[in-house]
Amino acid sequence: MEETRILLKNIGKINPVSSADYVAAGGYKGLKKAISNPEAIVDIMKDSGLRGRGGAGFPVGLKWSFTKGTPSDQKYIICNADEGEPGTNKDRILMSGDPHSLFEGMAIAGVAVGATKGFIYLRAEYPYLLPILNDAIKDAEAAGFIGKNILGSNLDFEIEIRSGAGAYICGDETALMESIEGKRGEPRYKPPFPGVSGLWGKPTIINNVETLCNVPQIIDKGAEWFRSIGTESCPGTKLFTLSGNINNPGVYEFPMGVNMRTLFKEVGGGCPGGKKLFAVQTGGASGAIINAEMLDMPMDIECCAKAGAVLGAGDLMFIDESINIIDVVENLIEFFVEESCGKCTPCREGNTRLLEFVHKFKDGTAREDDLERLIEIGSFMQVSSLCGLGQASPVPVLSAIKNFPDKFIVKSDERGQN
Amino acid sequence: MTEINIVKDAVKKHGRKRESLMPVLQEIVKQENYLSEERLMEIAKEFDLSSAEVYGVATFYSFLPVKPMGENVIKVCQTIVCDMKGKEAVLDAIKDKLNIVPGQTSADGKFSLMAVNCIGQCSNAPAMLVNDKPYINLTYENVVKIIDEYQS
Repeated sequence: MEETRILLKNIGKINPVSSADYVAAGGYKGLKKAISNPEAIVDIMKDSGLRGRGGAGFPVGLKWSFTKGTPSDQKYIICNADEGEPGTNKDRILMSGDPHSLFEGMAIAGVAVGATKGFIYLRAEYPYLLPILNDAIKDAEAAGFIGKNILGSNLDFEIEIRSGAGAYICGDETALMESIEGKRGEPRYKPPFPGVSGLWGKPTIINNVETLCNVPQIIDKGAEWFRSIGTESCPGTKLFTLSGNINNPGVYEFPMGVNMRTLFKEVGGGCPGGKKLFAVQTGGASGAIINAEMLDMPMDIECCAKAGAVLGAGDLMFIDESINIIDVVENLIEFFVEESCGKCTPCREGNTRLLEFVHKFKDGTAREDDLERLIEIGSFMQVSSLCGLGQASPVPVLSAIKNFPDKFIVKSDERGQN
Repeated sequence: MTEINIVKDAVKKHGRKRESLMPVLQEIVKQENYLSEERLMEIAKEFDLSSAEVYGVATFYSFLPVKPMGENVIKVCQTIVCDMKGKEAVLDAIKDKLNIVPGQTSADGKFSLMAVNCIGQCSNAPAMLVNDKPYINLTYENVVKIIDEYQS
């Protein structure tokens, strides 16, 4: 099946650093239009129906309208380039191959809401992207696309890169802001939401890399064009990262609504060595693990959720029959135990307890009430954790229990003690 | 006296506002591969923060080590996809070549090994970073070759 390359159209075809190359490929036209009528942009974004591509799927135009509607002497645009979700590496492809589309998206956001400063918070695990981004910023400044008086207007928009230092939690928007401010990356209580009170307490738009890379073409080609792609509730394309036991792992772009089976069979080429697919983890490490029998599923936010999966950032991790699902769940929870920031009790203590229970299933000592307690603690974490990390970290184990009940064997009729 | 200059130079370059703390910590790690107690105290003084506050920030982040590291730092991804696809072979190769396991530094001080969480190369797993450079689709054999290159 042929890809629909809208976000990936320049990847591998232009010199990523060169704004001239980007312009020759149709770039910076959206920014020009935006500057000619800044007032109209938020409405176009609303009409486009674009939803955040970082995992939560919040409507972008609505997010921007909060910041636009909050008067302030200073506003900020942050690009969340802390792509930390295991199973995801799409933003790396965009930043290494077409950074100007990201800058253009950020500049359009700045023009739309009156922000003059943008930050790209780049994860420390991508140090090799820093030279590309720095050189591309210099090139864009020299060509007048960012910096002072962009495109000869009276508008300014500067972009600065801030490096993370190895903390998954900083993918959370408020934890990321704490980190930029020079503190431990612990999430803040909400409200207030960043759109109104974000970085240094100022109104701040924070969007994922892929989200911002969608913006230039929406402004250039219009909301109607964008809505003609994808599904009713999720217009546009989506980048999908295929990984795990699959013949053709990689990042692919398809309209929202593409079937998961198509991605597995036609795009991914099935499991290597003729092995049978056993499970798929959808939406990254914090997403649901589904049974291979559930593969027929249109990939958009609502369809995935209805089927018990998670679209997330478009990650599909394929697991074949040779892999023990308990080992998978153990590795995932170990990850969350390490990455929990420790600020709120449900996440800090809960993940540790989940791991203890999974160890019991691994060594065959789990009892009936261990299973009950695991589900109880996991469900409690989902509703009581402060941020998305603790709210989502029980999802893999809870979904695995639901979809593979025969793998979570308990010693029958023995009631143990906790 | 050069010792004090490292921190002062970093502060001169990045500033002394609270938001400059991370860039300064990162600068010192870049130069000395870790943050010693002395450096952390010097930094605290420059920023007019308690040393506990600075230590609290540094130890929050896994790429800001507070223990001495070797000349080259190998970060092997231990997260799910790399785990499924042969992380153990990568660690075995490193153990056979350098006689170190995660958390250790080789006797000659040339290499430190860290097992780290997802480095964003899931579709090229297993993967590792050596200093700032990514290495992907690893096998026992190509890890041996990569280490050889750094040893020569």
